Amino acid sequence: MTRFLSLRFLQALLVVLVMSFVVYSLIGLMPGDPIDIMLSGDPNMTAADAARLRAHYGLDRPLHERYLEWLGNAARGDFGFSRQHHQPVLAIVLPRLLNTLYLMIGAFVISVAIAIPAGVYAARHPRSWVDQAINLFCFAGISVPTFFLALLLIILFAVKLGILPAGGMKTIGQSSFTDQLRYLILPVMTLTIINIAQITRYLRSGMIEVLREDYIRTARAKGAHESRVVWRHALRNAMIPTVTIMALECGTLLSGAVITETMFAYLGMGKLILDSVLANDFNVALIGLLFACSVTLFLNLVADLLYAVLDPRISYR
Amino acid sequence: MRYLATGVLAASLALSGAALAQQKAGELTVAMTQFPSTLNPHIDSMLAKTIVLHMTQRPLTTFNEKWQAICLLCTELPTIENGKAKPVDLPDGKKGVSVTYTIHPNAKWGDGTPVTTKDVLFTYEVGKNPDTGVANMEQFREIVSIVAHDDKSFTVTKDKLKFSYNLMNDFRLIPEHIEKANFDPKSAADYKKKTAFDTNTTNPGLFFGPYKIAEIVTSSHVSFVPNPTWFGDKPKFNRVTFKVIENTAAMEANLLSGSVDYIMGELGITIDQALAFQKRQADKYNYDFKPGLVYEHIDLNLDNPLLKDKRVRQGLLLAINRDQIVQQLFEGKQPVAHTNVNPLDWIYDKDVKTYRHDAKKAAELFDAAGFNVMKEGYRHNAAGDRLRFELMTTAGNRSRELVQQVLQSQWKAVGVEIVIKNEPARVFFGETTKERKYTGMALFAWISSPENVPLTILSSKHIPTKENNWAGQNYTGYKNPEMDKLLEDIEVELDREKRRTLWTKFQAIYSEDLPVLPLFFRAEPFIVPKWLKGIVPTGHQYGTTMWSQNWAAN
Repeated sequence: MTRFLSLRFLQALLVVLVMSFVVYSLIGLMPGDPIDIMLSGDPNMTAADAARLRAHYGLDRPLHERYLEWLGNAARGDFGFSRQHHQPVLAIVLPRLLNTLYLMIGAFVISVAIAIPAGVYAARHPRSWVDQAINLFCFAGISVPTFFLALLLIILFAVKLGILPAGGMKTIGQSSFTDQLRYLILPVMTLTIINIAQITRYLRSGMIEVLREDYIRTARAKGAHESRVVWRHALRNAMIPTVTIMALECGTLLSGAVITETMFAYLGMGKLILDSVLANDFNVALIGLLFACSVTLFLNLVADLLYAVLDPRISYR
Repeated sequence: MRYLATGVLAASLALSGAALAQQKAGELTVAMTQFPSTLNPHIDSMLAKTIVLHMTQRPLTTFNEKWQAICLLCTELPTIENGKAKPVDLPDGKKGVSVTYTIHPNAKWGDGTPVTTKDVLFTYEVGKNPDTGVANMEQFREIVSIVAHDDKSFTVTKDKLKFSYNLMNDFRLIPEHIEKANFDPKSAADYKKKTAFDTNTTNPGLFFGPYKIAEIVTSSHVSFVPNPTWFGDKPKFNRVTFKVIENTAAMEANLLSGSVDYIMGELGITIDQALAFQKRQADKYNYDFKPGLVYEHIDLNLDNPLLKDKRVRQGLLLAINRDQIVQQLFEGKQPVAHTNVNPLDWIYDKDVKTYRHDAKKAAELFDAAGFNVMKEGYRHNAAGDRLRFELMTTAGNRSRELVQQVLQSQWKAVGVEIVIKNEPARVFFGETTKERKYTGMALFAWISSPENVPLTILSSKHIPTKENNWAGQNYTGYKNPEMDKLLEDIEVELDREKRRTLWTKFQAIYSEDLPVLPLFFRAEPFIVPKWLKGIVPTGHQYGTTMWSQNWAAN
């Protein structure tokens, strides 16, 4: 196990290093830079100003030179300064990461808590009206675009009922936990609905397949209680592909909730990474993406370890 | 996606009969789409920053809502006539000007420290240092010297006597008593990391406007409270908050839910969204569509052999019906442009040559230019060249893409083929226009100020080339010695009436040569609740927040 974990850690390090180079290069290769955009929006700026600013922010230096300098500084724990926000990178990224964790954990826990019983129930009662209702919900959840769902929720809960805020992080001037919780409800609800749909679909099909297996029939023939058959024997096996999906979903939540964050003016990692890439804010974009990459790798490792827990035939040496 | 979202929002709200939330006493929440990257007045150039800073500071001079130059921080606008400005001969033989300003006697920073010439000199020291990284270096470069006479008056000597000699609209003061500790001339590049505007933003000593910043959360909101040391009219709100909502459909929903009270025109929803919103919520808000100095036009690449022919350019403009476009797409809220001079500007010539839609005349001009053979519905010349152009703009800009489609069909009707090719803004502005890579037409907007001399846009000295490292904004490649001279003459002509004559001549050449195809001036939609008074759109970049002390609940 130690050897397996060490190997995975080294692999993860290598992936992060390669990712950093790829991301840096891709951002650098995009045509134009923020100074050009600044120039087009300010009648008083001259081309000479643009050239000077480009040199000032180091945007005129070769890409590899800038990357190596960044890598050297990062290795020493200096993640640099945000060109876009004029603050140290960690001062920008860490609060956003925390916000995203609230969103991610909230959405993930609720999704799993609802999706597992729903998926199991639907699999045990295929073609029943409950199964059909769950299927309908899942199709809707998978098909509906995030922005559309977000808008519908805003209209229902903020505009029509007026019981939840339409967006933001907190009521200005207040800092209580319950107040911040109110602002989390709609974005969490949006992500939860989409996640439930995906997890339930996978779990339902996995369960239907497993419930047909010989060992389930054997367990029933041995007189095992139905709940033990379902929750202990069937679910454990059906969970293996679902765990993979959940790990990937969780990683996606960290960096991919851009639309939800934009719709609810929620300050999370997804929007930060996107804005930083578009603004050539290399330092923030890189750290944000590397955080996202590391979390995805870590969650995949957790998923791999869970396989062994769920299926005794799998072991890591 | 945004427009689908807007449609959904529209339909849903029509059904829901949304109720408007009541205004919280003494508070105002304003929605805007961008958050400023910094609040330092001289680092970075961004409209969101200008809007926020106008709540908390005042430049020495500015343009008012009638587009007239006025004093804000100074006591009287210096002129040659009142003796406060004097033409001077500079040591290098050039004609310069010395302008004496007096700072308002009651101007104090929010911590009670008087605003003095020390701040002026310090701001100049910071700005002129090339390592500081200020966005608009030109305003510091043109200053030869600043001499302080006492705590409140100082003389600025500029290197050229221009008609705009007394304007210092972007010379925003930095508090010497706070920022001196953060600025080391030997390591000026570090100033942007140390400036208190970003590290200690709620320090009252950074502001002397009607409001000061009480709370700031990056990318979320900025809250202002009245500044007790402000020397002007007392602000009427106890708290004003600018809330950032980037998605404009969500912004509408926030307005209707009462999360925000007012959507500012400068950084709010698009005009077509606002027009649709007005139809649904006509009685609940006041709407002001203020046409401004954002000039939508089509740059023509004059290196293209087809576009070199003036008859083709004129034919292209005659073939399109801009009145109809403005009426159908924008309900007539955006005035048709005949040149780059806005009809609201005093220099506008009402007799300028116009090109009302005339397909017959356009066809005659194309015929005269040799494109008189119709094949497959398009015009060709004797050599078999088709009258065909690429029309590019910023991808994802719904308004421009709509205009583009209408133009394509109108030109097709006279036998001109248009191939639409759009690019993301950063590619379009960062490479395609800057390096003149577009082959035919580029649709975009220029932002200017009242009586702006478009020297860098029209002078042949400002054509970007590889040799000059793509410096300049004359993306069309327009070369006209008469125009070059005229632009330089206008800039230094002090006599207003003589200048008007020059501007008339400028507009005549522009409308005859048509280096670009003028479309219209963009309007900014202000959606203001009925109870909110004092919002006066200006139409230029010195916008509504410059007069925020007048905002009041009815």
